[in-house]
Amino acid sequence: MRYLPLLLVALALLGLAWLSRRSRLVSQTLLYGFLGLLALTMLLPFFWMFVLSTHLTADIYTNPPPFWFGSNLAANYRAMNEAVNVGRSFFNSLLVATAHTSLVLLFCSMGGYAFSVYDFPGKRTLFAIVLATMMIPGIAGIIPWFFLITKLGWINNFLALIIPGAANAFGIFWMRQYCQNNVPVSLMEAAKIDGCPEWRIFFRVVAPILLPAYSALGIMQFVNVWNDFMVPMLVLRDANMRTLPIMLSYMRGDPTRGTNLGAMMLASTLTVLPLLIAFLSASKYFMSGLTAGAIKE
Amino acid sequence: MTAQTGNAPRRHSLWKEIKRNRVAYAYISPFFILFLIFGLFPIVSGLYISFFRWDGVGAMRWRGIDNYTRLFTDPTFIKALSNTFIIGIIAHIPILGGGLVLAHLLNGTYVKGQNLFRTIYFLPMVTSAVAITIVFSSMFGYNFGLINYFLGLLGLQRVDWLGGVGENIKTAIIIMFSWKWIGWNMVIYLAGMQGISNDIFEAATIDGARPSQVFFRITLPLLKPIILFTLIQSSIGMMSLYTEPVILTDQMGGTRNMGLTVMMYLLNKAPRGNNIYGLASAAAYVITIIVIIISLLLNRAFHERSHLEREEKRRRGRKRRYA
Repeated sequence: MRYLPLLLVALALLGLAWLSRRSRLVSQTLLYGFLGLLALTMLLPFFWMFVLSTHLTADIYTNPPPFWFGSNLAANYRAMNEAVNVGRSFFNSLLVATAHTSLVLLFCSMGGYAFSVYDFPGKRTLFAIVLATMMIPGIAGIIPWFFLITKLGWINNFLALIIPGAANAFGIFWMRQYCQNNVPVSLMEAAKIDGCPEWRIFFRVVAPILLPAYSALGIMQFVNVWNDFMVPMLVLRDANMRTLPIMLSYMRGDPTRGTNLGAMMLASTLTVLPLLIAFLSASKYFMSGLTAGAIKE
Repeated sequence: MTAQTGNAPRRHSLWKEIKRNRVAYAYISPFFILFLIFGLFPIVSGLYISFFRWDGVGAMRWRGIDNYTRLFTDPTFIKALSNTFIIGIIAHIPILGGGLVLAHLLNGTYVKGQNLFRTIYFLPMVTSAVAITIVFSSMFGYNFGLINYFLGLLGLQRVDWLGGVGENIKTAIIIMFSWKWIGWNMVIYLAGMQGISNDIFEAATIDGARPSQVFFRITLPLLKPIILFTLIQSSIGMMSLYTEPVILTDQMGGTRNMGLTVMMYLLNKAPRGNNIYGLASAAAYVITIIVIIISLLLNRAFHERSHLEREEKRRRGRKRRYA
């Protein structure tokens, strides 16, 4: 008897599948219904976060839970600022993510460009090594890595978040793909014959061609660093050095104040919203850059 | 010096080649320098440390494989290992299957407004794991959570997601994880499908192939290398799962360690707290070896199948010729 509803649902699904084979209308409705429902599921947590950040904790713990925006945004804002220094954390996150992303773009495009355009001894072996490092999980060295950072005096220092991953294998691989499809070697040779020094060719001629690749890889890297939790948690100690995710986890675990859900949701919103807006405004560019980067076999 | 003596012309030219391309070496050097310092060196010394007993400050004492036997006799580690595997294996079903189906539906011209759907499904990827875990943990609330409210509307029983004896913690993590990663896999598969020539799809459609046939007969076989790539990448991701469970529960994975993953176990040993660096390093190596084994097995499985298919095709072709 307990499984009767499940049985009915299964029967209904079978019936719908049968119908959708017969009629285009049914199949189309099912398709869009499924996609739409999934889209709503994807958006729901965001919406819920925005809504909760305008309610006091006491209003959130009601049944039914609040579904629409309340009027306590200002109160939550005040409570949040009493608990943590959001502005400082925001600045820290921005600084780390920007510095790291710039380095990654520079190093990876240089590497990818060299692997695609130049023909130098040992090129294939070196590139194979680059690819192989992608398959090695970095976890193996996490303990010595932490000691290395300590020895370098980088505990509580943003350099620990900026430098180690500044040239990553995936980025080089990706930039090489892009260079191979988009940077003509003849252009390089023409510039060389005109007596243009190599580094100028790179910055003046190649870099502008790489812009779409820069934007896609840049967004990916920026997002990763902005959202990273594990490494900053190991490395950053001071309250002043907290990045946004560290600040959030501190708010969640803060035993002295108890959990102020509304303020926490507001802080979460402030963490998520900048990337959300940036991504939405660049999404067309990003999506096409990502899919056109073309993993071609 | 030897390279410049005249009796070794081959080496001489090699040296000249290298010198001529010095810019190229300069361009790739940042990667190799950083990898040596922050990648290779820690990985090698990690193995070394794993054979010692070390608190991080005092002298290191040789213990042989003691750390490894200690790991596998520690019920907490075994628990963490099984938790990670259960979460990893089950979460792969929606991430992989769902990602493939979505990519297929949003690739051709089946759906209008595909870009809107693609963007929405990808959105979770740009969000902070900590922030979104905080949101989910309020959605998973027993009395006032959104999910239980919806379950109530559907006339179903409320679920004690995070409390009780911890039996639902893993499910909660899997739901969260799938929500986040399905869009990423979808985009990778879409990129792969873009690499498949459109002619094939068009020819199939003209021949009257149904979408499902196109999916199983054309897309899936041609996407194999990319599916393998995502599988290996997400296995690495699964084995290093940390942020979501730690924020959703606590450092020990909640009630009866039901949400404890191997990565949490590792960092609990050191450097967060206990300072048992040798044991932590051994745990790191166990995780790494598991990842490598999974990668090798996957590689093998994918290779084997494509080989079988080739055989099958050849046999079929021969039959047709003789018929």
